[in-house]
Amino acid sequence: MGARRLEEAVFKALMLASLGLVLAVLAAIVVVVMARGASALSLSMLTQTPKGGYYLGKEGGIANAIVGSLYLAFGASVLSILLSLPTAFALQKEYAGRRLASITRLSLDALWGTPSIVYGAFGFIIMRYLGIGTSLLGGILALSLLMLPIMTRAMEEAIRMVPLELKEISYSMGATRIETTLAVVLRQALPGIITAVVLAFGRGIGDAASILFTAGYTDHIPRSLLDPTASLPLAVFFQLGTPFPEVQRRAYASALILLVIVLLASLAARLLSRRFSKHIVR
Amino acid sequence: MRWRRIKDSLATRSMYLAVALANSIVFLVALGLFVKARPILATTSVVQLLFSSTWHPLRGQFGFYPFIVGTLAVTAIAMILAIPVCLLSAIYLSEYAHRRVRELVRPVIDLLAGIPSVIYGFWAVIVIVPLVRATGGALGSSTTGYSLLAGGIILAIMVFPIIISVSTEVLQTVPVEAREASLALGATRWETVKHVVVRSALRGIVASIVLGFSRAFGETMAVLMVVGNVPKVPTSLFDPAYPLPALIANNYGEMMSIPLYDSALMLAALVLLLVVAGFNLLAHFTLLRIERRS
Repeated sequence: MGARRLEEAVFKALMLASLGLVLAVLAAIVVVVMARGASALSLSMLTQTPKGGYYLGKEGGIANAIVGSLYLAFGASVLSILLSLPTAFALQKEYAGRRLASITRLSLDALWGTPSIVYGAFGFIIMRYLGIGTSLLGGILALSLLMLPIMTRAMEEAIRMVPLELKEISYSMGATRIETTLAVVLRQALPGIITAVVLAFGRGIGDAASILFTAGYTDHIPRSLLDPTASLPLAVFFQLGTPFPEVQRRAYASALILLVIVLLASLAARLLSRRFSKHIVR
Repeated sequence: MRWRRIKDSLATRSMYLAVALANSIVFLVALGLFVKARPILATTSVVQLLFSSTWHPLRGQFGFYPFIVGTLAVTAIAMILAIPVCLLSAIYLSEYAHRRVRELVRPVIDLLAGIPSVIYGFWAVIVIVPLVRATGGALGSSTTGYSLLAGGIILAIMVFPIIISVSTEVLQTVPVEAREASLALGATRWETVKHVVVRSALRGIVASIVLGFSRAFGETMAVLMVVGNVPKVPTSLFDPAYPLPALIANNYGEMMSIPLYDSALMLAALVLLLVVAGFNLLAHFTLLRIERRS
């Protein structure tokens, strides 16, 4: 009996240690990035674009990367919604049959796991085919591929939660499928749909590998869709790679800004879903 | 009435169009990469591409062997480190923790999953690399710290969330009655976990590990930042390595100026896609079966 109890105690201790390790690592990441970043952050980092000699440690900031990243992530979100929302609606029982629905879920799962560098490479091929260079548009295309499965699966989950009775009431009053979808399903699933968008936005804004070939990098804020654009993840990557401590410190600040945006997006997803669910019939 | 019908049928059609497009993306990506990879496949045999270790793009020699070994090694290290930690955490969350603790930990794990990979890479450069350098130095191997081990450690951390969350969910699908039966026979909680819960959830646990593996296999930026990027077959944990995703990411700039270089890199991307998609589908079907059963 003693041995059995001992085994139980040992493994329980190991489990607690494991979970403790996981949580400690997360805390360490957040704390290190925050602490290093805060010491390097200044107002001019946020408001200025790089001036001459910036990458040797002279004046300037990363406003180009902040604005560029927001453009990229917003653009890709919009593009993804255009495809995700109808796809998620179509996975309802009154549209796609079981077979089509399960095939679609399968290919979304395959897309979900696809490494973002592959999207980057594919985006690059498409851009060469269309004859455009590294640009905001190219980055948006590649990022939207990355966001699409995340957004669609999350939207579909939200739509699946809508009570069948509500839809039946709508149909029994003679509404067509699209009328029911827009007036009942969309409204009921709205919190979940918004959460899905914010979730995908958060993933998209932090991704570097997909925009490395497609969006390029520049010191200027893009004026059109065909201009190349800077981005925060690549700002972290490039600045950390330079041999100058002064520039490396800017990578710390860039990492902090990126982490804060991602954490805010994740928080916003939670708050929004709570706020919008006030008027939902359960 | 007629207008409403037309509207309905138009909407239906555009939804099916969206579904068709979403379904075809995977194939389009594979096809695009394949078309671009064909020139290199036409000039060099697959065996040579996979098993030759001479990498001289300028001389037209593309041997992927060091990169394939690098990818497999760094992924293997990550899995060896991650699997015990993740499974023990998942068992704790599912079998021992109070429901409140579980609900508290879940968003935290989600948060870990949402951190961008450059941030992981950044943290690894600041924290893990010096740690590895010190450890390597203490063990008598002079290393810069940018090594296989550093890449493996950061990858392990990056796959924590997916393995923990999927395997916790799988463990929870095991019926309470099964646990009660075992406990009623006088088994301790841990014995119940070992002989009943884990055994009946085994397939799902394997699926969660497969998902973690494929995530690690294709991860680019974080690994690229700490793994050293030297195209040689690594022989020790403290050696630098050069995984496939890093190869693609590092060379996009020059690949257009050297013949066949872009083709070789697109082949690397295709290999990544096929391996990762294959493993993901495996996990997809396994988890689907578990979901149906419960």
